Amino acid sequence: MIYLYIFSMALVTYLIRVLPLTLIRKEITSTLIKSFLYYVPYVTLAVMTFPAIVFATSSIWSGIAALVVAIVLSWYERSLFQVAMISCVVVYLMEMILV
Amino acid sequence: MEKSNIQWFKSGMKNGIPIALGYFAVAFSLGIVAKKAGITAFQAGLTSFALHASAGQYIAFTLIAGHATLLEMVIMEAIANARYMLMSCAMSQKLDSSVPTWKRLIMGYFITDEIFGVAVTVPEKLNPFYCFGMASVASPGWVLGTVFGVILGNVLPLRVVSALSVGLYGMFIAIFVPPARKNKIIAGIVAVSFALSFLFNQLPIFAGISSGIKIILLTVVISLGAAILFPVKEERQ
Repeated sequence: MIYLYIFSMALVTYLIRVLPLTLIRKEITSTLIKSFLYYVPYVTLAVMTFPAIVFATSSIWSGIAALVVAIVLSWYERSLFQVAMISCVVVYLMEMILV
Repeated sequence: MEKSNIQWFKSGMKNGIPIALGYFAVAFSLGIVAKKAGITAFQAGLTSFALHASAGQYIAFTLIAGHATLLEMVIMEAIANARYMLMSCAMSQKLDSSVPTWKRLIMGYFITDEIFGVAVTVPEKLNPFYCFGMASVASPGWVLGTVFGVILGNVLPLRVVSALSVGLYGMFIAIFVPPARKNKIIAGIVAVSFALSFLFNQLPIFAGISSGIKIILLTVVISLGAAILFPVKEERQ
């Protein structure tokens, strides 16, 4: 029974993900839709990041520190890997003191 | 200089490493939820490979624990994952129209918040092998994280799980800050997104709204507003 559940959920999720990608073959010409799709990634990522990052850790302060450090490092264009890893290290070190 | 498929795959694998580590942490905590719902390590790992969706799987495990009906699950799953449809639309515009269907079918399978975010912000047209490279590293991180979460939920020190949990967010920040630095409109939109997202989180009237719905609602409203106020000129993007 649980496998039927997993299969059904997987099927729905896959259709949602794959249909636009396979069906939209042409470049969209509408400036409105193009602009909308151009902004979508930045908005989604920003919305998912904040305030979630602040509440993801054991202490709000280590979350805030990770947010600030990540913004500063990204400002100076460090790689995805560096920003992600250094944020983790910051949280770890801060929580050695805080928690 | 044109990059070959292999080069794209390799740089995808490299960027897949932080995704995989972040996934491991998130999936690990998801594994703990699965265990509480009475799901075995194999079933949880299978769900992770079949769905690749954090909020979607959280809902799935909770509903399984609550003995929901199949129809309820399918509907909830469609709502929680609706944002992927938006991402899929945006991704379709990054592909050359000559990219064959089979590559699109594989790419679609691995659209996640993170892979989408990294893939769609490359300046040039998107080579599917970049996504394949990321997925080849990130997906095992997700699946193994879930399995380990079920098996050793309370062995890994809390501090390590806590630290790993910011990895994905750090990566998101590294994706949207550099373009925001160069483009004031994007910077403003990021600021507005932060503010509204915070408001949604704090105001009690929105307390009942799941995070998946919140993300899609805010994305549509803010992106649409930005598109109306600041239409993108032809030559960029």
